[in-house]
Amino acid sequence: MADQLNIDTIRTNLQGKHGDEYWRSLEELAETDEFREFLHREFPREAAVWDESYGRRQFLMLMGASLALGGLNACTKQPAERIVPYVKSPESLVPGESLSFATAMVQGGYAAGILVTSHMGRPTKIEGNPDHPASLGATDAITQASVLSLYDPDRSQVPTNRGLISTRDKFLQELESALRAQKSVGGAGLRILTETVTSPTLGAQLRELRRQFPKAQWHQYEPVNLDNERQGAMLAFGAFAQSRYHLDKADVVVALDSDFLIHGPGAVRYARDFAQKRKVAGDKKTMNRLYAVECSPSNVGAVADHRLAVNSREVETLARMIARTVGIAVGGPDLPQHKQWIELLGQDLLGNRGSSALIAGPYQSANVHALVHAINQHLGNAGKTVTYSDPVEIEPVDQSESLRALTQEMHAGAVNTLIILGGNPAYDTPADLEFKQALGKIPLSVHLGLYNDETAAESTWHVPQAHYLETWSDARAYDGTTTILQPLISPLYGGVFSQHELLEEVLGRTGRKSHDIVKEYWRDRTRSGDFEKFWEISLNDGVVANTSLPAKSFRVRLPDSVRNGSAQKNSGFEVLFRPDPTIWDGRYSNNGWLQELPKPLTTLTWDNAALVSPSTAESQNLENGNVIELRSGDRTIEAPVWVLPGHVNNAVTVHLGYGRTHAGRVGKKRGFNAYALRTSASPWSAGSVVLAKTEKRVRLAATQMHHSMEGRQLVRSAPLKEFLANPNFAKELGAVPTSEQTLHGQHEYDGYAWGMSIDLTACTGCNACVVACQSENNIPIVGKEQVLAGREMHWIRIDRYYKGSIHDPETVFQPVTCMHCENAPCEVVCPVAATVHDSEGLNVMVYNRCIGTRYCSNNCPYKVRRFNFLQYSEEDEPTIAMQKNPEVTVRSRGVMEKCSYCVQRISSARIEAKKESRSIRDGEVVTACQAACPSQAIVFGDINDQSSRIARLKAEPHDYSLLAELNTKPRTTYLAKVTNPNDKLA
Amino acid sequence: MKNNVQHITIDNQPLIKPGHTYGSITDKITSDVFERKTPKGLMVGLAIAFALTMVLFLSIAYLLVKGVGIWGINIPVAWGFAIINLVWWIGIGHAGTLISAILLLLNQHWRNSINRFAEAMTLFAVGCAALFPLLHLGRPWVFYWIMPLPDTMALWPQFRSPLTWDVFAISTYFTVSFMFWFVGLVPDLATMRDTAKKKWMKVIYGILAMGWRGSAKHWHRYETAYLLLAGLATPLVISVHSVISFDFAVSVIPGWHSTIFPPYFVAGAIYSGFAMVLCLVIPVRKVYHLEDFVTDRHVDYMAKVMLATGLIVAYGYAMEAFFAWYSGNDFEKFMMENRTGGPYGFMYWLLLLTNIAIPQLLWIPKIRRNLVWLFIISIVINIGMWLERFVIVVTSLHRDFLPSSWDMYYPTIWDWATYVGTIGLFLCLMFLFIRLMPMISIFELRQLLPWKSGQRKH
Amino acid sequence: MIRPPIYGLMAEFNTPGEILEAAEKAYEKGYRAMDAYSPFPVEGLSEAVGFRHTRLPLFVLICGIAGALGGFFLQYYASVISYPLNIGGRPFNSWPAFIPITFETTVLLAALAAVIGMLARNGLPRPYHPVFNVARFNRVTRDKFFLCIEATDSHFDLKRTGAFLKSLKPTHISVVDH
Repeated sequence: MADQLNIDTIRTNLQGKHGDEYWRSLEELAETDEFREFLHREFPREAAVWDESYGRRQFLMLMGASLALGGLNACTKQPAERIVPYVKSPESLVPGESLSFATAMVQGGYAAGILVTSHMGRPTKIEGNPDHPASLGATDAITQASVLSLYDPDRSQVPTNRGLISTRDKFLQELESALRAQKSVGGAGLRILTETVTSPTLGAQLRELRRQFPKAQWHQYEPVNLDNERQGAMLAFGAFAQSRYHLDKADVVVALDSDFLIHGPGAVRYARDFAQKRKVAGDKKTMNRLYAVECSPSNVGAVADHRLAVNSREVETLARMIARTVGIAVGGPDLPQHKQWIELLGQDLLGNRGSSALIAGPYQSANVHALVHAINQHLGNAGKTVTYSDPVEIEPVDQSESLRALTQEMHAGAVNTLIILGGNPAYDTPADLEFKQALGKIPLSVHLGLYNDETAAESTWHVPQAHYLETWSDARAYDGTTTILQPLISPLYGGVFSQHELLEEVLGRTGRKSHDIVKEYWRDRTRSGDFEKFWEISLNDGVVANTSLPAKSFRVRLPDSVRNGSAQKNSGFEVLFRPDPTIWDGRYSNNGWLQELPKPLTTLTWDNAALVSPSTAESQNLENGNVIELRSGDRTIEAPVWVLPGHVNNAVTVHLGYGRTHAGRVGKKRGFNAYALRTSASPWSAGSVVLAKTEKRVRLAATQMHHSMEGRQLVRSAPLKEFLANPNFAKELGAVPTSEQTLHGQHEYDGYAWGMSIDLTACTGCNACVVACQSENNIPIVGKEQVLAGREMHWIRIDRYYKGSIHDPETVFQPVTCMHCENAPCEVVCPVAATVHDSEGLNVMVYNRCIGTRYCSNNCPYKVRRFNFLQYSEEDEPTIAMQKNPEVTVRSRGVMEKCSYCVQRISSARIEAKKESRSIRDGEVVTACQAACPSQAIVFGDINDQSSRIARLKAEPHDYSLLAELNTKPRTTYLAKVTNPNDKLA
Repeated sequence: MKNNVQHITIDNQPLIKPGHTYGSITDKITSDVFERKTPKGLMVGLAIAFALTMVLFLSIAYLLVKGVGIWGINIPVAWGFAIINLVWWIGIGHAGTLISAILLLLNQHWRNSINRFAEAMTLFAVGCAALFPLLHLGRPWVFYWIMPLPDTMALWPQFRSPLTWDVFAISTYFTVSFMFWFVGLVPDLATMRDTAKKKWMKVIYGILAMGWRGSAKHWHRYETAYLLLAGLATPLVISVHSVISFDFAVSVIPGWHSTIFPPYFVAGAIYSGFAMVLCLVIPVRKVYHLEDFVTDRHVDYMAKVMLATGLIVAYGYAMEAFFAWYSGNDFEKFMMENRTGGPYGFMYWLLLLTNIAIPQLLWIPKIRRNLVWLFIISIVINIGMWLERFVIVVTSLHRDFLPSSWDMYYPTIWDWATYVGTIGLFLCLMFLFIRLMPMISIFELRQLLPWKSGQRKH
Repeated sequence: MIRPPIYGLMAEFNTPGEILEAAEKAYEKGYRAMDAYSPFPVEGLSEAVGFRHTRLPLFVLICGIAGALGGFFLQYYASVISYPLNIGGRPFNSWPAFIPITFETTVLLAALAAVIGMLARNGLPRPYHPVFNVARFNRVTRDKFFLCIEATDSHFDLKRTGAFLKSLKPTHISVVDH
């Protein structure tokens, strides 16, 4: 800011003032933006991250400034708070009871329907919307965490002009004058940059923009985009056909470098369908089979029955080989080492014509996608396991191209006014385009975003964006189903715009609210008579009826370029770029839940790393934490190594989204920026990279240090054949003490007896349950240092074990949470009865009684108890506090905590049941983890009710208890993992 | 006992150098308090000890402000130095009670010249020990919830928990040890009262002496009570460390869940206790020229007791290892492999070296009776016993049932500060005691003197 | 009965043997209200002055039993009657787990009984006692032995008792004032 203010200036301002005058002047001082800004700088609120150790000078500053504050607190009256009583209480609002509203979370342009729980106007929890095709009631981890971003105290709160705090009006004036200039030239110098757009309203606005400014251009870009899919469709069909999979019909699924169960517009739905087909329970004794070809280990690879780790360039070759084996004439070389594998895969596919599906990942070339389309069609899967439709996006474009075109113009100086609607291009665009430098040349660049991020810093104007829970909009899902997004809360900070509102300003219609904009759009579009009714229903259901795009048939015509294929040159050592599993492309990097969420497979938190295979590590003599330098052309990055079994050799995977310079207190200066090595030419991999070991080391915080089961029967698994031959195999793998073996009688549980069953066959290790639990139960984050110390707080964790060779291991996941043992070892050793059993078999933790001996944790064989070693829950973050679930105690320092089976949900269900004087119905109590789970691996209920789903699952032959030999009698049991390998391959 | 015997064997050397009279004994010990000006060594020692005590207070203050997170503990290793030190200190305490109670019952008169000293040590050691269970709580300010006190919620302690047993055991132990020590002091306090020159001293010692006047009837009841106390303290001292060992034995953790713990914890306690007594007695004897009363014979006996208990401890280790193998339990087996070959393996081997190997030197009389050697060995044993507790607490916890939650434990500077601090506190109290109280039981020494010849002996 | 002018007569001896002999002689002479004082317990001295046995052990035993019963009942009451809780599926009355505390309370009460009982029966603390009026008496805590025949004794007569004490060849005889 212009006259940045420091202690000295304050002191000078205060010179020669005494008594009242002195304080009054300090008050006045405190009113100024400078002083606020000053305080802001002097008080880096570190609540989220524990103990950034202060230096001496910082400490002195803090003391000084806090003195000043002390004075203010002492001598100014508390700031007046606007308390608005309900003159007319909102419909169906009962104080103390939560309401839930349907809306959607938009990722990569695509909507996922959600129901948001709101306590007295505070959205606190996100659940999936059962009526929404992309959700069916489940969510992914990122969606779960998005509610925290709403309350992020680091969100930008005021418009800034070249870094200085400014006002909305000043901004609008400048914008208005710039646009007037553009009007005259038809908008020749006007550019709009958006991310992927599926919002009909936004689309209409952009069309209107084109009408008003014929020469203006609309560009779309986001770093993790679906360009290859679009291009692939173009190649195969000559049109941007949208493919949609129906995995509930697929017996054989082949994933080519695709993480289809975890990422992508339809992932949650796909996971559900896939799991339905895979689970064995009751009479269903058949399973689908999954083949995965991948470069960097992913959850799909872990779930797969057969996994093949290859170089990213080899995937296309394999696709061609598959095509040939199923009888499509395509060229290209063979990979002898994989010939047999592909042969058998081909036979399997041919044996399942019409009931198989190939899926190519966004990281693979357009050719691979085209080939996949061809194979699917050839096998007659088209129309059955995969259908095609018109594109969901308003205007599908090759985003890399779109961005390249824009930056060229920017460099050329052809752009006077650039309006960036969301996104962070100055940070996440390919390095070779030098977008950041180009941005500097634009006379008027407007950045609309949630954060004062890298782009905001480079733009002439930054305008705070409304969080999606704060505003109206609309968006389409992977199948075209449209949702009208409604706000759960009025914007927390004044001066915010939604995309629609800002665009409306550009269109010269000032001051319109997104509600009106969106509603008007739909009013125009609805033929049906009663619009208000339509509006109500659409909002209530969270979906606009019959908006799913109808299936269309496209014919594949492979161009010769694809048919013949080019010989794949060996690219030497390559770097693979992948979105970060938790913070995605970097947009969630200030979200503490996602930062501390262990990344699947690595279990790393708070950092990204250069993932290498054990043999690569060996040959380069690297170990975890060694910093390596990666050089591609003249670009280099430095990254700490993490050895990841199953990774392909001679390659290193780096996750995008880290190394942020402007990202708030949680996200900034963590990890390294992988974009610095990324090029627009090949965004997902860089060939012939030079790797050099440096002397530096970085301490990486992983939550799991040990990866072998040490021959213990923890995760019990068997191939389908074995399971059918001996359904009780799981129970037989461990001794279970009989009731005669105990010295004393057991307590009886008549009435409800709550229990949980976790299906290891279905679990994909996606982590959705972990975040769901965190947001439901007010679980604090502890920061990297504390994770390093081994003090993460998650109540449910996903254990990950490797079996077999370290180079191509079998990977298994096991969600572990409090087992609610009937003979709980933890309870017996508590000296104050702070953890006891209730009449329904819950192992309840009484925080208020806990004195913190930690004996219970020592004596817990499952180590699921978590302890507040320090004051972890944020005490001084008013906005963060707003997120907390009022039905769950916020724990403070010195007490033990653990999974409660979401006891608050049980009691609210009980209250409902009591009101209707009936007993709780099966499925009425749904724990947070269960609700979130996309593959429905978790089931909860009353095991005394023989008809209940849980009781049936516990009766399954392959149901087993973890560490049953200890006779803890866990209420949480597991369904053994059943795999379906191709015995010819096995 | 015989008088004027002058054989070479150490076992019938007199327990008091010949030529002493009731008066001379009294004068020697009282003058150490009244006449003798505080020796340099003591002042220096006190200064250091006091400094360390301040370190303790500092770390306690920081602990109360921040929480136990300042220590290295985590999940799975939720107990660290605090519990290690608790067990260590309690163990040290045991020697005092053993010497004063058990040896009294066994009619071992040689105890008379060291029991006072050992009892004081017990008291201070148990005091230090008691600090830790208090401080290691997440919310120390509500520690009293462990005690059966009436409260508004009508809640009670959970009596199945070994920690609740600890509270009763430790508090009982402290109370009884204190009474034992004080009752033993009363006649000597009377002596101090009557020897003190300054008025205010007379008053203070007078109050403490409670008007003791050596009446025959009083002596009668006094001896009865003292004997009864000894009879009660003996099973108590054994129970206390057994209960401490239950903290581990009652749990399910491999390496803790073991039935051999009580006996070998008790033996270990006595082992470390005697080692500590020697660590203190040897220098004090030198500084205060107590060779007349704490003779080589005493030292030799204590060394032998250490040797014996040390062998019991060795047996304990052997049994642990044996049953880990014999049980056929995979978790137990792995525990032993991990203990010997895991990341903390070196601790285990160090433990065997310090606690088992080196002390075997005590078989050699020359070494046993050489004070320097004995002193060093005692120090080594104290370190060894601390290592034993570290091995038991940490290596068992850091790798238990689910490999997914395995982790390492690294003590922080605050762990060390608290530990070293308590050593300071202990020495501080010890020095003050030496300076202000008759450090040897005078009246019991008098009993060691032969009656004048020609009179009837007992 | 009227309070005698003095408390009694006190003879001083050098060795345990002498005091023992003196006490026995005095007892034979029929003196009963007397007491001997020594710097350490002299075996047989209390019997010599006619003090046979103490009931302290019985008292300790009773308190010990009370401690045991009380300790167990405390736990039983808390875990079974007052506030029964399902702790890890264990029975409310987990009596084996109650044994350690029962034992501790037993020892605690017994030990307290022994000490408090001893002090009480000895009438301690007692800051003042006539024998302290004898200047030389302070050596009783050092190396001297005293026999004091009290004036309340029926046989007590200043002259005769004094003569009798002389016959015991004490190193010194002194009158004990109130």
